[in-house]
Amino acid sequence: MSVDKETVTKIASLARIAINDDEAEALVPELNNILGWVEQLGEVDCSGVEPMTAVIPNELRMRDDIINADPLTGGGVRDKILANAPDAEAGFFAVPKVIE
Amino acid sequence: MTDITELGIAAIRDGVASGEFTAVEVAEAFNSNVAAASALNAFIVETPEIALSMAKSVDDDRAAGKDLGKMAGVPIGMKDLFCTEGTQTTAASNILGGFVPQYESTVSANLWKAGAGMLGKLNLDQFAMGSSNETSAFGNVISPWRISGGNNAPLAPGGSSGGSSTAVSARLCPAATGTDTGGSIRQPAAFTGITGIKPTYGRCSRWGVVAFASSLDQAGPMAHDVRDCAIMLESMAGFDPKDSTSLDLPVPDWEAALNSDLKGKKVGVPREYRMDGTDQDILDSWDQGIAWLKDAGADIVDISLPHTKYALPAYYIIAPAEASSNLSRYDGVRYGMRELPEGANLQDMYAATRSEGFGPEVKRRIMIGTYVLSAGFYDAYYTQAQKVRTLISQDFKAAFQQCDVILAPTTPTASFPLGDKDKDPLSMYLNDVFAVPASMAGLPAMSVPCGLNKDGLPLGLQIIGNMFDEQGVLNAGLAIEERAGFTARPNKWW
Repeated sequence: MSVDKETVTKIASLARIAINDDEAEALVPELNNILGWVEQLGEVDCSGVEPMTAVIPNELRMRDDIINADPLTGGGVRDKILANAPDAEAGFFAVPKVIE
Repeated sequence: MTDITELGIAAIRDGVASGEFTAVEVAEAFNSNVAAASALNAFIVETPEIALSMAKSVDDDRAAGKDLGKMAGVPIGMKDLFCTEGTQTTAASNILGGFVPQYESTVSANLWKAGAGMLGKLNLDQFAMGSSNETSAFGNVISPWRISGGNNAPLAPGGSSGGSSTAVSARLCPAATGTDTGGSIRQPAAFTGITGIKPTYGRCSRWGVVAFASSLDQAGPMAHDVRDCAIMLESMAGFDPKDSTSLDLPVPDWEAALNSDLKGKKVGVPREYRMDGTDQDILDSWDQGIAWLKDAGADIVDISLPHTKYALPAYYIIAPAEASSNLSRYDGVRYGMRELPEGANLQDMYAATRSEGFGPEVKRRIMIGTYVLSAGFYDAYYTQAQKVRTLISQDFKAAFQQCDVILAPTTPTASFPLGDKDKDPLSMYLNDVFAVPASMAGLPAMSVPCGLNKDGLPLGLQIIGNMFDEQGVLNAGLAIEERAGFTARPNKWW
């Protein structure tokens, strides 16, 4: 399988990365080179093989049902969460107008 | 008096504990090496005051007769992928320009608790994506090594932990943290003549480490030698409830159990690693390594890892897929940079921010990842790659029925000149061909320096162990280290 310029533009839009025509054009051979190389995985007979889900056997844990058991990941840290925001107003993240 | 900056972790720890020198003297000595080495571009942020204040508190604790930690008085470099409270953390990307974490990563917190100090934040490939440290938004890291015989072309320190490898090799710090997603500790360690270990997936918490590919990312130490790696790994590792894949296992006392007597141990030599395109010097060093481990008492066993050649292409589906998902968080809203063109709506802002903030290699991988996860292609690419990953893991499982550890080269070549491979992503990817399989299987693996090639550049041997068997890896590494007697160092030019 290979990608054309139209597909590259669509992928960029799905990935929310703005690219212009020249960049899309340049990415076509780059991506095709990589995709052509990974194509060799098709040679491997994977019938009856389960896809990997956990590389080291491990169980997903439930945490104790205690509020703010770990203050690092608990609540009440609004100002810390907003500290690195490019634009924070009145205790909220500010973004361009979403509804016209 | 000996030059303190020539000492590694164990010697500094012991010297501080015995009062031979103070932690502040150690920090001052390394601070001045860091300040004098800007030509190497190993650091993104230097933090001499932090190093001094952390050292001072170790000296105060000692004066007060308190118990000192495992790394008391040892100043280290912190790869700029670990969030450090109050100190800028960027993953070497403009999209995190000026980001100052409000919290400390678990691994760095563990190190500070053990008495280590911070000399600064180390440069790396952007978001840890690269094998030569040429994708950083803060410029290339230059290896302290040069080809012998007058050629002064700047060489790659390896990647992605290139700042770490350069800093340790040039003695700007006695040790540094690294992270390894597909070889990013082992390959730079091999390129610069130092030692580095990636533990079993889950040993070190990923909490507070900027995510690249979460099912592969694993932190580990980069240091002078095997003993120093054992000490530092003990300080970094441990169960962390804040990481859902953290291993709930006690941390062994790896340093105390170091033992290079390999009598009764079986060392596997995988025949599929004899690949075309591998330097003759590397193949020779591998044969030498086999002879050394025999000398240490081990039996050598020929093993097969049949799916080895598929590990790298499977990695270049899985890692970009996870990256495209992980890096979706950079949206110009919550942290980092925002690009807001005149009249842009929210969607335009996302796209403009990400276009401006990510470097070309990061964009390339996000695009690949987005493509292989998109409707219609998911099964052909992503599911198939995860099935191949299962087969790779089963290969290792079968191999460890026949042997205790595996010996292989770390890389197919020694370090190469900067600019040699950065125009061709695929040839860059291929430099990780020997490192990626252990990452795909989540296994502990380490690189130990074993000699120089004909150009006078360091080479590394890789030891891969069974899951949870860091001790076996460290012990085999020690056996090689004792026999290799590697003392070569770059000539100081910076």
